[in-house]
Amino acid sequence: MARAEAPSLLDYVASAPARFFWQHDASVRFTDLVHGTSLGGGLKDLAGRSVLLATASQLTAALALIELDGCARRITILPPDAEPGHLGALIETAEIDAVVVERDAEPRAALELPVRVACAPSIVPANAASPTRLRTEWVLLTSGTTGVPKMVVHSLAGLTAAIRSQSPADGAAVWGTFYDIRRYGGLQIFLRAVLGGASLVLASAGEPVAEHLARLAHRGVTHLSGTPSHWRRALMSPTIRAVAPRYVRLSGEIADQAILDSLRAMFPEASIGHAYASTEAGVAFDVNDGLAGFPAAFVGGVRDGVDMKIVDDSLNIRSPRTASRYVGGRRSALADDAGFVDTGDMVELRGDRYYFVGRKGGIINIGGLKVHPEEVEAVINRHPQVRMSLVRPRQSPITGAIVVADVVLKSEEESAPARQRELKDDILKLCREMLPRHKVPAAISFVPTLAVAATGKLARRQG
Amino acid sequence: MMSVKLTIMQQMEQVAQEHGKILAPLKDDLVLANSGLDSLGFAVLVARLEDTLGVDPFTAAEDAFFPVTLGDFVKVYENGAR
Repeated sequence: MARAEAPSLLDYVASAPARFFWQHDASVRFTDLVHGTSLGGGLKDLAGRSVLLATASQLTAALALIELDGCARRITILPPDAEPGHLGALIETAEIDAVVVERDAEPRAALELPVRVACAPSIVPANAASPTRLRTEWVLLTSGTTGVPKMVVHSLAGLTAAIRSQSPADGAAVWGTFYDIRRYGGLQIFLRAVLGGASLVLASAGEPVAEHLARLAHRGVTHLSGTPSHWRRALMSPTIRAVAPRYVRLSGEIADQAILDSLRAMFPEASIGHAYASTEAGVAFDVNDGLAGFPAAFVGGVRDGVDMKIVDDSLNIRSPRTASRYVGGRRSALADDAGFVDTGDMVELRGDRYYFVGRKGGIINIGGLKVHPEEVEAVINRHPQVRMSLVRPRQSPITGAIVVADVVLKSEEESAPARQRELKDDILKLCREMLPRHKVPAAISFVPTLAVAATGKLARRQG
Repeated sequence: MMSVKLTIMQQMEQVAQEHGKILAPLKDDLVLANSGLDSLGFAVLVARLEDTLGVDPFTAAEDAFFPVTLGDFVKVYENGAR
């Protein structure tokens, strides 16, 4: 095992003043980990092992991650929505021989491993010097909808490369995120907080948006991040007015002009950026000019260590931040011979900007004509009364499929039937002006909410 | 309650207008292929009719069959809606 020359996560903690993780039920000064532990006496038992981080809460996961980096050979981070039926396959593939769970966790047969260490949402004094100094592999799971998730291998250096190159340490910052830190997007925010010497407000499972926002406001959040769907949902809560972040970040889904404009209107003083990142490709770039899409100049040639090209309309990325491989797989399964990762995110060049239009696998075929649901949603979302929308295929005996839209309105006062008809006509008129005929929804339904998956992305039914 | 036939004719006019198509006079013996609506127009029409009449008789049917004339088209719905 190679000895690490790069710093471990605890090294960053050691150099920071007192900082906190705040969850609804606990507040922990995580900088105490320099002379303490959240793992009882268990850290030494995890040295050199392949560890499954299977905690119930984000807080215990955050503390354990700081302790495990540099100590464990490999950390596999289990997201809260992981399918229990996949555990066996994951444990076998990643040769997992130890698990970290809360002290009071229900015993699960699938998690009976040689070593089990209990974690706590608190820190007790201990000699925290890691018995080993390894270059720990960080393994994240993909959020594919079917089958066992892929296990994506990263290093701390790769995960944090975008952070070190972009943001100087900001001691007064308080980060918050609507993401779970056990997914790539949320993990970036966790790492930004720890490396930047900041505190972090964590969400709890099932915590209502309004309560989360109230806690973010109470802690004086300065940097807040989520997917466009997270943000659309947050904008529907009046409590959003209580927070005043100076930096607003979107990632994980297409940031259309409507959501960027809504956030600009809500936070006129904040800097608002949308980032492109994926579990496999890592963080590729940030866009900070308030416009959807990204400058065409980002493509072709290395920029900030990141090289991008467009192949068959799909964004391909090569950078030191991309994952190294899948566990148990060859690198060729993740990247091409030249090291480019095909993201499957489709772009279209309009003027001097590329715009994301949708996923390669999400295309709806209308009698041979292709539609990306996301490009239709981006148009519908421009209507001033629309908060969010979901475009989906509906079976058609004539063209195989047609597109229909489910729309959430900004105000419930629009519920009178006559007003609804008027709004439908208005939205369809907008679509007809902006889109070719086959992309215009055949029907629009107004719905009270749209499901957002645990990943923070709009839940799209597959198939 | 509006008759099935009248609903269909109104929706055809609506879809034709939205799609910028000129509709032929709507008589029972009008051949649908000459009606002015193309296949996308019919796909949208069938979806709209499913919303207003509560039935898509073509997708529900066991055999792939699509009527030739407007009169036949209306009959399929009248039978399906019953």
